[in-house]
Amino acid sequence: MLANYAPLIVDGLADAALIFFVAVGLTLVFSVLHILNVAHGSFYSLGAYLSVVIGSFVAGRGWPVLSFFALVISPFLVTVALGPLIERTLLRWTYGRPEALQILVTFGLFLILEDAQKLIFGVQPYSQDTPMLLLGTSQIAGIVYLNYQLLLIGLAIVVAIGLRLLLKRTGIGKLIVAVVADQEIARALGIDASRVFMLAFSLGVFLAALGGALASPTVGVSPGLGAETIVLAFAVAAIGGLGQIEGAALAAILVGLARSAAIYFMPEFQPVVPYLVMLAVLLVRPYGLFGSIGLRRV
Amino acid sequence: MLGIAVLAALLPLAVSWLGFVFTVAIGKGLAALGVAILLRAGMISIGHALFFAIGAYAIAFLMRDAAIGELVTLFACATLITAAAGLVVGAFMVRYRGIFFAMLNLAVSMVFFTLLSKLYRLTGGTDGMRVPTPSLLGMELSRPAFEQALHLIAIAIMVGVALITDRYLKSPLGQALSAIATNEVRLEFIGVSARGVLLVAYIASAALAGLGGALSAVAIGHVVPEFSYWTLSGQLVLIAVLGGIGGVPGAFIGAFFLELVRTFAVGFAAEAWNAIIGISLLVVIFFLPEGLFGLLQRLETRMRGRKS
Repeated sequence: MLANYAPLIVDGLADAALIFFVAVGLTLVFSVLHILNVAHGSFYSLGAYLSVVIGSFVAGRGWPVLSFFALVISPFLVTVALGPLIERTLLRWTYGRPEALQILVTFGLFLILEDAQKLIFGVQPYSQDTPMLLLGTSQIAGIVYLNYQLLLIGLAIVVAIGLRLLLKRTGIGKLIVAVVADQEIARALGIDASRVFMLAFSLGVFLAALGGALASPTVGVSPGLGAETIVLAFAVAAIGGLGQIEGAALAAILVGLARSAAIYFMPEFQPVVPYLVMLAVLLVRPYGLFGSIGLRRV
Repeated sequence: MLGIAVLAALLPLAVSWLGFVFTVAIGKGLAALGVAILLRAGMISIGHALFFAIGAYAIAFLMRDAAIGELVTLFACATLITAAAGLVVGAFMVRYRGIFFAMLNLAVSMVFFTLLSKLYRLTGGTDGMRVPTPSLLGMELSRPAFEQALHLIAIAIMVGVALITDRYLKSPLGQALSAIATNEVRLEFIGVSARGVLLVAYIASAALAGLGGALSAVAIGHVVPEFSYWTLSGQLVLIAVLGGIGGVPGAFIGAFFLELVRTFAVGFAAEAWNAIIGISLLVVIFFLPEGLFGLLQRLETRMRGRKS
């Protein structure tokens, strides 16, 4: 009985792993900068494009193994090129301004990045399957699994634990936590909050681009991917409670499993599933699974 | 406001293709005005394309399945239907604030988008539905004559809606919206239900977006699921802020600006028009904090100062 559903669950968890990378980046940026970054999905699609282009290039030159290297290097490239630049120039202007304005600035950024991608990569779809083919399949209890999917699940667990350790155990992590808890006090204690902002934003960009790069062997990359991804990431981040890393992880698992179940039972309505889960969760817990209720100021 | 209306009416006489552009701009302007009402209360909705699409599809369904062919009846019905949808969705939404309000609106509009594109038998899927040319007060007009008439009707609607919205925003019910943005708890302490105030505003904004969608559906002659995609919602917020949320005309100024930029951008840089919009948005936000409407107002006072 359970064996019948095992592939379904592995599919769901692999999907959850990819969603987790994007959603946790979004939630991290929100918790530190208090900005809902609409352009977050564009970093995801940039990471995907770049890894496909680099991956196909090295595979074409006869080094297919190097396409794994492409998966790792492209998120770094996206982060170094855009992370600090965008935070230092655009976002810095918007701190302390009304929410509507902050969302709009990132929406403007989203429009620019989407068109920039169309100009650079064109509108034809890209895809690569070298990493997937190289890893092959493995047979567990009579069922064949893609090793790449298992790798994704493992990586997501590593990233989740890594983030946890980064925030709790390292110096820079503690600085981030301090700034999240109370920015003014943190500044008064001599913490360079603007540096923390830049680091946190760049980390968010990296996580989104990493999600995109890792997703590129499993999906086709074409215009509109960023727009699709960001709404999914919003839903997952909201389900988990904005700013909650564990929340994002649990929400990603929920949504991933629900999506793969939907593909199995009613494939037409698979795109609705994340939002239905979100509506259901927020109806019961208005601030998400792990969210806490804010004080109402008089 | 009158100035814009006269300009919007006269310009297409000189350049005839502008008539269509302006009609579509007014459609989006109406929806953006709806978003601007909610922005008054500090609530940002990235899901108002939902009501835009409901208004548009209401027209398509009424013409196909209810065989209503009269423009006035169609507009009235579409507005009522979206207002009703606004009541249902709004009753749920007014419980949430800030980012969660924004995201829930987004979620509902995306569910609707998926339904529109997947229920192929009912909605025509991603192909959308055709909207035939309705009759106007019993008269069957040819398409060009109808488009001209529709353009004038759109301007009349714009002026009428602007006057009513202005009255609403200046009434106590409208003033309470700004109070919600400033401090909701104090508003409740003086005995005003914040949720009640917001629900009225939500229904009004939904009805406006629906009317805008209905107008666009009739003008374009076709409805597609993309009407409820989140990027259109983003555009509506963009128009509202671009124009400036200080006054009612702002939404329409923003919409005219956006549609004109789009029309010209498609001519020489079709691939990059979104980027052009994005850049102009950033320029306005950073250099014109009161929006285009604020800029016009400043120019006006400066001109008056020079005359006297």
